[in-house]
Amino acid sequence: MHLRDGIRLPVVADVSFSVKAGECVVLGGPSGVGKSSILKMLYGNYGVDEGQILMEHDGRLVNLAAAEPRLVLEVRRATLGYVSQFLRVVPRVSALDIVAEPLQARGVGSEEARERAAELLARLNLPKELWALPPATFSGGEQQRVNIARGFITGHKILLLDEPTASLDARNRTVVVDMIAEKKAAGTALVGIFHDEEVREAVADRIIDVSHFSPRKHAA
Amino acid sequence: MSAVPLLKVNDISKFYGNRIGCRNVSFELYPGEVLAIVGESGSGKTTLLSCLSTRLMPTSGIVEYHMRDGQYRDLARMAEAERRFLMRTDWGFVHQNPAEGLRMTVSAGANVGERLMAIGDRHYGKIRVAAKDWLARVEIDDGRIDDQPRAFSGGMRQRLQIARNLVTSPRLVFMDEPTGGLDVSVQARLLDLLRGLVHDLGLSAIIVTHDLAVARLLSHRMMVMKDGAVIEQGLTDRVLDDPREPYTQLLVSSILQV
Repeated sequence: MHLRDGIRLPVVADVSFSVKAGECVVLGGPSGVGKSSILKMLYGNYGVDEGQILMEHDGRLVNLAAAEPRLVLEVRRATLGYVSQFLRVVPRVSALDIVAEPLQARGVGSEEARERAAELLARLNLPKELWALPPATFSGGEQQRVNIARGFITGHKILLLDEPTASLDARNRTVVVDMIAEKKAAGTALVGIFHDEEVREAVADRIIDVSHFSPRKHAA
Repeated sequence: MSAVPLLKVNDISKFYGNRIGCRNVSFELYPGEVLAIVGESGSGKTTLLSCLSTRLMPTSGIVEYHMRDGQYRDLARMAEAERRFLMRTDWGFVHQNPAEGLRMTVSAGANVGERLMAIGDRHYGKIRVAAKDWLARVEIDDGRIDDQPRAFSGGMRQRLQIARNLVTSPRLVFMDEPTGGLDVSVQARLLDLLRGLVHDLGLSAIIVTHDLAVARLLSHRMMVMKDGAVIEQGLTDRVLDDPREPYTQLLVSSILQV
């Protein structure tokens, strides 16, 4: 990790794990141990200094850690989805269109994509009055539901989840747990971070303790 | 994913006497890719853009463009007339100051129609329909088609300049600080418009900006320049979320949070 003044901060080292289709692997361990960093490396937001990230994409194995930007973008469009903790809001784009966009990028017609987006937003109990508005002024929980809908709308084979239920109430948490179970049944490989113990218990097939990968521990 | 690059830049440098404009820049741009060149004033980003778009001749190095006939052409070896034709048809150039890219004393409709005439369109009715269509796409009311751009606001002028550039369906658009000098709300509208157009038309674009938020919103890839050289490049998310070079880190950490 590189923050400023060229200071290099070791975050995680020698991280190794694999995830099968239909499996949900949860990254566990205390805050600040590098869970989100691992997820961001898997998505390509953070650079990888050493090692490989291999994924099956378009019938072949690609190493995302060394991929050209346009390959990373192609993998994200077709194979690799991500639900971040916070929604990055685009000025003037409605919640419905934000959710529909990844489907359209995969070649689905805009009518059909918007119908699917509406179904998901309804399922996540986002009030219909909000669908046509840009989410900049939404509450944290409302924005998060837009983000979840956007991440879940496609049939991406791999889905990364960074605390998707953090600011949701119990009813919507249950909806998300059900949605994750459906993804698993459909053969999606999931890697997630869940601080909520109940959710974690409900979705995890395996928990990986990230503190094992701490470089400080290696040094000691 | 398209296999061949639209633009191939090989080790170009530009010197102004002894002073360095930009040096040893190499990259390839693929169809549909949007590349942002960022850096502070004087970092060489505008010099680089000028060298790529043939507004300046590089001191050394080669820039090749994939023509519509499938051949690569060395831009520096092209005849002047051919280069002008390329700039008027297959390329667009959006200036920071719309007055540089528009003819301020002819109507908005004529500003858009002129580029069509340059590629041989002669039918007045068709040109006017195309101009109207493009004014609508950049959200200019069609009641303004006969007005001159000097009667337009800054944001409207910039949108008109974009329409003028895109009407010939260019494959590559150069933009020099396209949102510079505009109010924040006007900027947001323009950015959203640009984002939609670039996406819908599958354009390739090279955008020079000092505004990292603009780069984040519009670009797939980023190059960071300092003292005429590219010091860091990569996927836009990666450069902004995990900057590697001290200078990039300084730029990223200098963004004001709202």
